[in-house]
Amino acid sequence: MLVAGAALAGLVMLTPLIYLAVRSVERGPAYAADVLTRPRTGFLFWNTVVLTGAATAVCAVVGTLAAWLVVRTDLPGRRLWGILFALPLAVPSYVAGFGWISRYPGLAGFAGTLLVLSSVSFPYVFLTVSAALSRGDAGTEEAARSLGLGPLRVLLTVTLRRVWPAVLAGALLVALSVISDFGVPSLMRYETFTLGIFTRYRSTFDPTPAAILGVALVALAAVVLVAEARARGRSAARVGRGAGRRAGPTPLGRWTPAGLVIVLAVVGVSLGVPAHSLASWTIAGASAGVDWPHLAATTLDTFRVALLGAVCTLVLAIPVGVLAARHRGRLVRALENVTYLGFALPGVTVGLALVYLGIRVLPDLYQRTPMLIAGYAVLFLPLAVGAVRTGVADAPVQLEEASRSLGRGRLTTLARVTVPLAAPGIAAGGALVFLSVARELPATLMLRPTGTETLAMAIWTRTGASQFAAAAPYAVVLVLLAAVPTLVLDRVLRRRGGD
Amino acid sequence: MDDALAVRGLHAGHPGTRVLSGVDLTVPAGAVAAVLGGSGCGKSTLLRTVAGFHPIDRGTVHLDGRLVAGDGVEIPPERRRVGLVAQEGALFGHLDVAANVGFGLDRRARRGPRVGEMLELVGLGGFGGRMPAELSGGQQQRVALARALAPAPALVLLDEPFTALDAGLRAGVRAQVRDALVAAGATAVLVTHDQEEALGIADLVAVLRDGRVAQCAPPRDLYDSPADLGVARFVGDAVVLDAHAAAGTATTALGRIPLGPGPRGTGAGQVLVRPEQLRLRPADGDGEPTAKVTDVDFHGHDAVVRLDLDGTVLQARTPGSVPLRPGDRVLVEVEGTARFFPGPHDPATDGRAAG
Repeated sequence: MLVAGAALAGLVMLTPLIYLAVRSVERGPAYAADVLTRPRTGFLFWNTVVLTGAATAVCAVVGTLAAWLVVRTDLPGRRLWGILFALPLAVPSYVAGFGWISRYPGLAGFAGTLLVLSSVSFPYVFLTVSAALSRGDAGTEEAARSLGLGPLRVLLTVTLRRVWPAVLAGALLVALSVISDFGVPSLMRYETFTLGIFTRYRSTFDPTPAAILGVALVALAAVVLVAEARARGRSAARVGRGAGRRAGPTPLGRWTPAGLVIVLAVVGVSLGVPAHSLASWTIAGASAGVDWPHLAATTLDTFRVALLGAVCTLVLAIPVGVLAARHRGRLVRALENVTYLGFALPGVTVGLALVYLGIRVLPDLYQRTPMLIAGYAVLFLPLAVGAVRTGVADAPVQLEEASRSLGRGRLTTLARVTVPLAAPGIAAGGALVFLSVARELPATLMLRPTGTETLAMAIWTRTGASQFAAAAPYAVVLVLLAAVPTLVLDRVLRRRGGD
Repeated sequence: MDDALAVRGLHAGHPGTRVLSGVDLTVPAGAVAAVLGGSGCGKSTLLRTVAGFHPIDRGTVHLDGRLVAGDGVEIPPERRRVGLVAQEGALFGHLDVAANVGFGLDRRARRGPRVGEMLELVGLGGFGGRMPAELSGGQQQRVALARALAPAPALVLLDEPFTALDAGLRAGVRAQVRDALVAAGATAVLVTHDQEEALGIADLVAVLRDGRVAQCAPPRDLYDSPADLGVARFVGDAVVLDAHAAAGTATTALGRIPLGPGPRGTGAGQVLVRPEQLRLRPADGDGEPTAKVTDVDFHGHDAVVRLDLDGTVLQARTPGSVPLRPGDRVLVEVEGTARFFPGPHDPATDGRAAG
């Protein structure tokens, strides 16, 4: 039964993609080659590559520098900065985009897109590098100093080399999220692949070119994945055994003001400007009058699809996660890897695939809720599988055996041992999917049932039409909607942490 | 009265590999038995077949005279009344100590005095409100025992219960566990790879080798009268000498040694004596066989001395007060009796660890 459930999850993941691939070669490879070699495709491709490369580079530098300042120096207020540096991850990119474009319309284009996407994505690098730096290995750094290297050369040759895999891992997440981001390029009017696909899908009734571009976008994401795996494969792991000792903080001395300026600038760009802009537009919007019934309806719609999406994704993820935690085998590994594919799938491509699948194969489901939920499941299954897997790992088989040897049957054991132990992890996964669905934009735009409007869509349409004061209340509600489950979850996990 | 546990002709394994091939083991009610074997000899599989977590291929398992596995019967674990203490304790992390101990009791008994009594029994009275994560490894292990004993099972199985503990804690926890088992009048089977632990805790030790019980006997008998040289070497250090036996006496390189009770062969073979039976004296003259000291491991209370007797390597355990240095020549005498194994030198059973 578990295997059947997991196979269903794999099927849900693969079907849209395979369908899209089949559709893209419908008119023969020559046509596909023609679409791919058009100047317009080259233009979109170039824009996307330049943007991704630039944003990844900026995030790698800023994220690593921020991590080093917080973890390895005596900068005042390090703990506070650490929290503030992680926070932009919780801000949907298009909300940050709204914050900037509404205040500085001149930023539209490459500069604004790069600025906004970098400011919301650098926490990926910050978090992975911080973790690597705090694992610490003072020994090699001290050895380098004793061999006559100055502190700066040690930082560059020893410390950086050691955290390089973490930088790459963070950069991979940045690159994948930039490639697949739709909201910011569309608000900033910078034509990337995602925006190009979306415009094509909206403006023509011919689906094949869009399908070809959708497949090309997945291929681009796959290239990034492979490149990262290659680059990481060559970097050396720590040699020698025993727990690494964490090095003491580097005193910044007269460089402290410079460090503070950097930190303040990063926080100001990533949080300060969007927050200030959002607040002032909300006040402006409130004085002009808020469309309360519409706001309520939109909130309710968002809540409904997010809840449905979270529940369905979790149901699909549970068999895969349980199998992955309990049985290691080639088939299980393959299934698990298929579900992780979602990490590299842009929302636009998934939306497109399901739209065409709906029109051609399942017309009854087209523009109905199940189709939308299936899209969310494809996109967010990886999150849910990971969470279920860790949750189930918290309830090892030995405990079930102990319970059964004490006279409890299978069902009682499930109810009294396995579920209570695994539930917090699984619930965390559910909350994560809920949040991700609530802020998802392109797939929702393409797959929504007629009449359904989510907060993300409301923000996007109003910002796109420069109705900033009207967009602000929706952004505020979305941020609140995201914050509440995060806080509750944090409390629950913290309380259990003492067990 | 029926034996608490009777395993007969048990075969079990994983697809493609046979782990147990004909295990026979009988444990009388109230006894503490140890199953001793090296890693991979199948001792954990044996335990899991008894508990009901591993299917058997052939043979039978009886608990208190009741058939629980074999002959087409396969009673699920929860209906076997077998308590289980796993290597790491396997306490339920989401329940406090009292709830862990009361887990196998019904609702009414859980509120009764039983939980407190069990905690007293393992020396943890008053710990009921703690969470497992707040206990030390040894305390967790004792809670696991209390939990297994609480429903008064027919048999308690302990799977290497002391290996996860620090060496310093182990002896103390072992004694506490033994006392608790005896006080509860429980029948227990403990699985271990540590011969000292097996000999120290059990009334009965079964040596498991190649998927069978090579010998099952009380610790003293096992040590003094091992079934073969393999068992002899597995349960303790051994001095093995080529010998010729006749009329209750073996003639060896160390002179004539009387043979102990039990089956006595004659002719060529080997004898077993234990290192502590060797007495070392400074060589005082010539004519007698002397050995050269090659190495001394000093342990304070005693010392292990390695000797070279005309090319044969011997090991002796002497009181720490006897001053010996490498290079000394000593006279070697054997105290007590030896055990004779007839037949030619057999490398197959030579020094092979069980399993």
